[in-house]
Amino acid sequence: MAQNPENNGIRFLNPPTVEVRKKKYCRFKKAGIKYVDYKDPEFLKKFLNEQGKILPRRITGTSLKFQRKVAAAVKRARSLALLPYVTDLLK
Amino acid sequence: MLKQYETVFIATPVLSDAQMKEAVAKYTKLITDNGGEIVYEEDWGLKQLAYPIQHKTSGFYYLIEFKAEPDFVGKLETQYHRDERIIRYLTVALDKDAIAYAEHRREMRAAAKNAPAPVVEEAPAEEVEADIEPEEIKED
Repeated sequence: MAQNPENNGIRFLNPPTVEVRKKKYCRFKKAGIKYVDYKDPEFLKKFLNEQGKILPRRITGTSLKFQRKVAAAVKRARSLALLPYVTDLLK
Repeated sequence: MLKQYETVFIATPVLSDAQMKEAVAKYTKLITDNGGEIVYEEDWGLKQLAYPIQHKTSGFYYLIEFKAEPDFVGKLETQYHRDERIIRYLTVALDKDAIAYAEHRREMRAAAKNAPAPVVEEAPAEEVEADIEPEEIKED
């Protein structure tokens, strides 16, 4: 019985599954978008949760530069009643 | 030096078409009279608001892109504020990326207008065929 030093000699019946996470990326950098339009609520909805709150960068993967622009665009869209400030079941 | 701006205002839904045109004419005239120039105008028509403003659930949206002196924006906004027909407005200065985007958007919209989608005609025809088949089976 060969002992595997990594697992301290424990042998698994099934090999332990290692989750391969897809690397997040900034969609603006990837697509070369330079300006975030506040007049397009359908696009901005990708960055909101169901209550209409802005999603954090750790979930969307947006770079800091564009997260700021997204936040500004969402707030402009809200003030023009293109997006709601508060809601349930957006989308 | 003239700077490029973009303004969107929402007018009350109670206005007639003529009244709406008059309101638009007032603001375009205000811009040109103050040494500005209109770059682009866009009528979004009557849209549902995402939340009620002054107990209204819809409004006429109108977008104007213009070039003007920076001092003028204040004047324009006081006019908006005094106007009872306008329920909401937003004026934004455009930087070079925003101007490039605005031009691209204009071209895309012009292209969409000139070439109405012909694909739509095909889809209903297929549905009709699909509807007939189950009927035939029932008859048997």
